[in-house]
Amino acid sequence: METRVIGKSVPRKEGRKKVTGRARYVDDLSFPGMLHGVTVRSPAARGRIRAIRFEGEIPWHEFTVVTAKDIPGKNCIALLIEDQPCLAAEFVNHPEEAIVLLAHHDKYLLEEARRAVRIEIEPLPAIFSIEDSRARKEIIWGQDNIFKSFCVDKGDVDGAWASAAFVVEGRYETGAQEQLYIEPQGMIAQVSEAEGVTVWGSLQCPHYVHKALMVLFGLPRERIRVVQTETGGGFGGKEEYPSMIAAHAALLARKSGRPVKIIYDRAEDMVATTKRHPSRTRHVTALSRDGRLLAMDIDFTVDGGAYETLSPVVLSRGTIHAAGPYACPNVRIRSRAVATNAPPHGAFRGFGAPQSVFALERHLDRVAEAVGIAPDELRRRNFIREGQTLAVGQVVKEKVDMNGLMERAFALSGYHAKRKKFAAANSDPRGAIKKGIGFASFLHGAGFTGSGEEYLASEVAMEAMADGTVHILAGSTEMGQGTNTIFAQIAAEALRLDCEQIKIIQPDTAYVANSGPTVASRTAMIVGKLVETAGLGLLKSLTDGEFLQPGYTAADFSRACGEYVAKHGPLKTFVKYEHPRDLHWDDLKYSGDAYGAYAWAVYVAEVSVDIRTAEVRVNDFVAVQEVGKVINPVLAAGQIEGGVAQGIGFALYENVVWQEGRMVNAQMTNYVMPTSVDLPAIRVYFEEIPYGRGPAGAKGLGELPLDGTAPAIANAIAQATGVDVRQIPITAETLLEMLEGVHA
Amino acid sequence: MPERARKIRVSCVVNGGAASFEAYPMARLLDVLREELKLTGTKEGCGEGECGACSIEMDGALVNSCLVPALQAQGTKIRTIEGLAIGGSLHAVQQAFLTHGGAQCGICTPGMILAAANLLARYPQPDDAQIREGLSGNLCRCTGYMKIFESVVAAVRRAETRA
Repeated sequence: METRVIGKSVPRKEGRKKVTGRARYVDDLSFPGMLHGVTVRSPAARGRIRAIRFEGEIPWHEFTVVTAKDIPGKNCIALLIEDQPCLAAEFVNHPEEAIVLLAHHDKYLLEEARRAVRIEIEPLPAIFSIEDSRARKEIIWGQDNIFKSFCVDKGDVDGAWASAAFVVEGRYETGAQEQLYIEPQGMIAQVSEAEGVTVWGSLQCPHYVHKALMVLFGLPRERIRVVQTETGGGFGGKEEYPSMIAAHAALLARKSGRPVKIIYDRAEDMVATTKRHPSRTRHVTALSRDGRLLAMDIDFTVDGGAYETLSPVVLSRGTIHAAGPYACPNVRIRSRAVATNAPPHGAFRGFGAPQSVFALERHLDRVAEAVGIAPDELRRRNFIREGQTLAVGQVVKEKVDMNGLMERAFALSGYHAKRKKFAAANSDPRGAIKKGIGFASFLHGAGFTGSGEEYLASEVAMEAMADGTVHILAGSTEMGQGTNTIFAQIAAEALRLDCEQIKIIQPDTAYVANSGPTVASRTAMIVGKLVETAGLGLLKSLTDGEFLQPGYTAADFSRACGEYVAKHGPLKTFVKYEHPRDLHWDDLKYSGDAYGAYAWAVYVAEVSVDIRTAEVRVNDFVAVQEVGKVINPVLAAGQIEGGVAQGIGFALYENVVWQEGRMVNAQMTNYVMPTSVDLPAIRVYFEEIPYGRGPAGAKGLGELPLDGTAPAIANAIAQATGVDVRQIPITAETLLEMLEGVHA
Repeated sequence: MPERARKIRVSCVVNGGAASFEAYPMARLLDVLREELKLTGTKEGCGEGECGACSIEMDGALVNSCLVPALQAQGTKIRTIEGLAIGGSLHAVQQAFLTHGGAQCGICTPGMILAAANLLARYPQPDDAQIREGLSGNLCRCTGYMKIFESVVAAVRRAETRA
């Protein structure tokens, strides 16, 4: 298909503002009379609040002080349910839980004041591990510490063991991971009788914040307004937590009668906000003599922290992805999200899938070894094909060629030759540098799971102005991933215009349509399709009314818009998501068409390990994926490269150190993310099989790279060292211990 | 209330123009630039000199402005991201970041671009290792650095074709 701007690397829409320093992030804004706000937090993991004392030589009368008593509506941050308080009133359930808010115009004095608030807590027994939570050492949430559990049943797992030639068992763990967007979280709020509550801030999901503030203030929809400022990275970390900061800033603004700005510093951001859920997975896998999967029995648990937040949905995605892109007749998955007295874990790019995919892809290399075939041969014999059924009962209707992706990734990385060469070289005991090459094959579903998109019922509005400029009005946010640019490309393509003629309206709940949250690899595929439909709708209005003839120029289009508006008034169209009728999902049985489409991928990592120091270097990384039509090659490759870098951090460096539910290395100095000298060349390749329901054939790709990177590296380290890697991060400290076992 | 230091007057040259401000001697230069001089292109990412989002040039050297006390700015020449483009025309590094996907969320971008411009001033033809080393004090969470390296290489090429 001949395209005009789709498939072209047009420059980032807001790029010029960003490279000149003119892009305005929340901390760059200042309002007259504005106060600064800070949060006083719980020193204890669990307990009863006995007293709050305002001590020190602080002019307390100058301060605005807010506690739970100042909340006009419900004391909660409404999300899936309403269990998380905005400010702890009687009990605290995790370290750093917010209890008191302070505002003052002098931020230096404010910091002194924060330290002078004494909170006395009578401690209650707390639990800090998945094991203690499951053992119900204490019941800290609901009746049984379980936020949510799922059962997936395909075929008859128990009937398969008897006929199996091999049964392979394994347990795997993944740690918490900090999103570490470089712009810390922040909000500004203003509250007045006339205007209601308005907040501006760094966020992914304006309508999530909007809903939370309605419940907190007990105000109707139209009295709350949420505006997204330029957002310096999110990666899931600004999906649910911004509602908390918006709530705090708005409470201080209400009480003080002034605008209030809350900006977290890095330490507060790391210690108090959400992280990727730690996980534990157990696999028991049955195979035939020739290495065909007969049964997969998977038990998957994630640590949700102290409140439910998004844990049920994270668990859901992790569960559905746990059995990977393989055809296995009998699959049983039991999964649960459990409560511990840590700050709630939350959304992070991949959303449960990186945890369960790590376990599976590391496990399958061990399975291959047990069966006595190569890891790629095991995958080849079991890859899912068109017409076969995934674990959750979804028949794959897409054209899928996992084997083709794998062969391409192997050719690009020199996998087979290196695998052989490294095995030979590593067997020389004199060599201190051992090398390995490993891979992972995986899939990632795009959009909300199951009936999620149907419930969301996203909307997009588009308006052609009299001068021919076309406005896109959607709640979908730009946080670096390219929303503005690809929306402009999709609209420009539909309208046969250039991207410059398309204007993306800043997400502001007072003006834009609710296109759903900017999460779940759904923006390009689901919302992008609505943008495309809206563009075609506008065009139809112009051509049906004979304002515009085929073969028009940009000038013709502008003239036609002017004439239309003069004759009929505003030229505006609304499009609402319609769930495809052939996609069925059963929420109770947890089976059916989990996602409209999947991205498919094979990643290959090459590493070297110095067995004296246990230092791991990733020397090469090849990422091959099929993501439907690529809308903007530079942006798409940038998404994959950045995701692989985060995945390398997840695998090797990013270690959250916990002490009684509190992150104790909450600094960039000792929580280490990859720098420019740590990463290999990340080589990205796309296969493009247009997806009929995506805009111009596009599928989602944003989360995909987090799934396969860590297991590819773990498998490479296993080849290099002989260490049976079972958990990430594989820091030098943990690897050194394991190496002592192997090379002693 | 505890005794506080008194503010001092500091004079320096910022982006080619004379600048003068009052600040506590140990105030962070980052805050002075952002709050007194309204140069909000310089960003704070960590406040402890790890991330480089607050990078500026001071007498030609790249520094983390979150670690520089205001008094140290006295008599220096400072360049921030706002001083890089001349008139309406982008610096070669800015243009390359725009074309080659060097900026995603944009929060590390001002510091990263200054680091790249500073690198090219020292090594007009940097090799891969020099580029990686030169940018290693500036963290980016979005790009995985690949498109940033490409942008720097493109800026070098552009400079070559002009020469």
